[in-house]
Amino acid sequence: MAVADMDRINVFMAVRRAEKPARRAALSLALPLIVFLVVAFVAPILYLLVTAVGNPETRQVLPRTLGALETWDGVSVPDEPVYAALAADLKVAKDNSTAALLGKRLNYEISGMRSRVLAAARMVERLDTGPYKQKFLELNKDWGSPESWAIIKRNGTSLTPYYLLTALDLQQAPNGSVERVQGDQAIFLDVLARTLFVAGLVTLFTLILGYPVAYVLTIAPKAIAGIMMLMVLLPLWTSLLVRTTAWVVLLQSDGVINDVLMALHLTSDRLQLIFTRAGTVIAMTHIQLPFTILPIYSVMRSIPATQLRAARSLGAPPSSAFWRIYAPQTLPGVVAGCLMTFILSLGYYITPALVGGPRDQMVSNFISVYINRDLNWGLAAALGVVLLVVTLAIYLLFLRLVGADKIKLG
Amino acid sequence: MNFSKRISPATDNPVDALVRFEDVKKSYDGINFVVKDLNLTVSRGEFLTMLGPSGSGKTTTLMMLGGFEQPTLGHILLDNRPVERLPPETRNIGFVFQNYALFPHMTVAENVAFPLRYRGITGIAARERVRQALGRVNLEALGDRRPAQLSGGQQQRVALARALVFEPSLVLMDEPLGALDKQLRERMQIEIKQLQTSLGITMVYVTHDQSEALTMSDRIAVFHDGRIQQLADPATLYNEPANRFVASFIGENNSLSCTLLAREGGLAVVRMADGTTLKAAGTNVSGTGTDMSISIRPENISLAGEGVRADLNRFIGKARDVFFLGDHMRLSIEAFGGQLVTARIPARQARHFASGADVVLECGISECRLLEV
Ligand SMILES: Nc1ncnc2c1ncn2[C@@H]1O[C@H](COP(=O)(O)OP(=O)(O)O)[C@@H](O)[C@H]1O
Ligand SMILES: [Mg+2]
Repeated sequence: MAVADMDRINVFMAVRRAEKPARRAALSLALPLIVFLVVAFVAPILYLLVTAVGNPETRQVLPRTLGALETWDGVSVPDEPVYAALAADLKVAKDNSTAALLGKRLNYEISGMRSRVLAAARMVERLDTGPYKQKFLELNKDWGSPESWAIIKRNGTSLTPYYLLTALDLQQAPNGSVERVQGDQAIFLDVLARTLFVAGLVTLFTLILGYPVAYVLTIAPKAIAGIMMLMVLLPLWTSLLVRTTAWVVLLQSDGVINDVLMALHLTSDRLQLIFTRAGTVIAMTHIQLPFTILPIYSVMRSIPATQLRAARSLGAPPSSAFWRIYAPQTLPGVVAGCLMTFILSLGYYITPALVGGPRDQMVSNFISVYINRDLNWGLAAALGVVLLVVTLAIYLLFLRLVGADKIKLG
Repeated sequence: MNFSKRISPATDNPVDALVRFEDVKKSYDGINFVVKDLNLTVSRGEFLTMLGPSGSGKTTTLMMLGGFEQPTLGHILLDNRPVERLPPETRNIGFVFQNYALFPHMTVAENVAFPLRYRGITGIAARERVRQALGRVNLEALGDRRPAQLSGGQQQRVALARALVFEPSLVLMDEPLGALDKQLRERMQIEIKQLQTSLGITMVYVTHDQSEALTMSDRIAVFHDGRIQQLADPATLYNEPANRFVASFIGENNSLSCTLLAREGGLAVVRMADGTTLKAAGTNVSGTGTDMSISIRPENISLAGEGVRADLNRFIGKARDVFFLGDHMRLSIEAFGGQLVTARIPARQARHFASGADVVLECGISECRLLEV
């Protein structure tokens, strides 16, 4: 018995030893891609996550002030040592030109803070000795506001929920409680809902237009199917920017589409298509069509023609045979195609930017604005995180609803 | 040529006929006919097999009967009604496809219940019918499985149960056992034949496997090049092939070219290439002259015995290859001026021959069949 066991183990080890070179070879073949993925995919995502919660500015610029605030009770106006520490920190900041950085960061949470910090930095440069408290309060009475101090103290932590909360239209009150942002500040949930809506609409339209095309592709004679396939694929071989620009030309008020509609007397006035959501959805639907069609087509092609014939021979009329036998078997392709288009649509940027109006901008457009115009990397990263989480959630939801084996991406 | 009308006049009785093909032609491309002049009658309760090599038009014929293809010309009558314009779902014909065509997203029971819903059978009645149908093919226990969880043989049975559950008067099968291994195939042949007999179903069965056709069929239609070459019961087909194609397609056969000299009381006298004269059966062959052949099955050739008998042909050859195969011996003999003749000698007659040795052989005159080339 024991000998037999030993034999078995020896055989097992021998098999593993024998296969080792093959395993190594397989790993070494995949290694370049693994390295590339880590550098180009995993690392940026981790950086994104860190940026969305990172909070270095206050800690770097006001270390003494934060130390002095440790004993502060949080409700009264702080005492002289806090102001003295602030003055010392701001002097250093002025020398290092980091005051603007701090002002910009605190300005997100306390409006007017940027100019207050810059003015204070200029003031402390001229002061040699204290007491400082009086000077600060004379400069701007808001320096005595306990709420401002509470927010400064709160930002002494290395991580902050501020950006993520903002991306979800939430904010932290000075007392720490989370509340909903009111009025015209609350835009991000709106943008997120709009992004989901547009992506859903585009997915629906590509499915309605693409499903019959995929079916015709599978049953058409080879020569015709080849030409049709070329027409499906052609858009994929043109750059996204070119196709979007083409749509700008087509959709303009004096563009081709309006010319045709007018010539046919279908409309009496020129339609506003460019810079509208309808235009955005039309252009995105066109661009996304191949992504929906191809997975559906690949699944349809794998369904034998005898399936429909069998259903007919058993008594099913054509429509019943199609919906009860054929359509359910195309589900893996439908799910894969829709998932692909929906997820890609969530990240659309160029098309809404060029074809859509101000009210049609999607999450990605806001991310770009915060990166390029406002230099607010934290908020851009937080919006990215929200988009990532929503995408993952939808993907997992799909998996739960239809099962992983029902999604055929290849 | 078309032998169907002549060889089985008995089954042309219209009272018995369930299926009639009348001068059916089919072309897919408008140029070539893949089915040419098909005339065929299938009687009620009959097991008819269409046998032929790949591309001979068997599937096309079956598809026209099932309603999936339209005849280019001619008529198909089912129960004396022309059906060529009727859609398949109205024909009430059971169809078993080569790849089974089970519905992968349904359980076995749902597959079998599928045809019932279109016939207004639902609920308990449907469940009972499904149970019965699965019982017939010994699959009662597997109703909840998906087709993918079944072996090839089990899938085949489900397809059978599904095609039988609505009690069609006619069942069509297109190479249904092609994907199974030999042992399973032989068992399924017997099971299908038993089901067909016990349920009294009319069956039209397509195969390219001659032993399958011989095992199961009441009659066999041999297809070649879009035509029926011969329509006959298995024994006739084997013993009295109508032409050279049938002779070589069914079983092993020596085909030897010859010249027809004369006809003598139902027998033909032929001269072989080396001048040997033989007698042969096959009075149904009309031609005369040089362009003929005789066919002899290897098992009908034996080593010549004592004395000369009037009912035997005798000829001489040289042994080329000799194989001993346990129950018999295979001899490859050069005879009639260089033609190779294969003989299958029973083991009890077996002797050793050196290659090149002279051998005297004989075969029954009735087993030498004269054929047109
Ligand atoms: N759908 C079709 N379109 C065009 N040609 C076909 C089609 N189906 C069969 N054929 C051609 O018809 C001929 C007969 O085919 P088929 O009936 O399938 O023969 P078998 O079943 O005896 O192998 C073949 O040459 C085949 O290429
Ligand atoms: Mg076939």
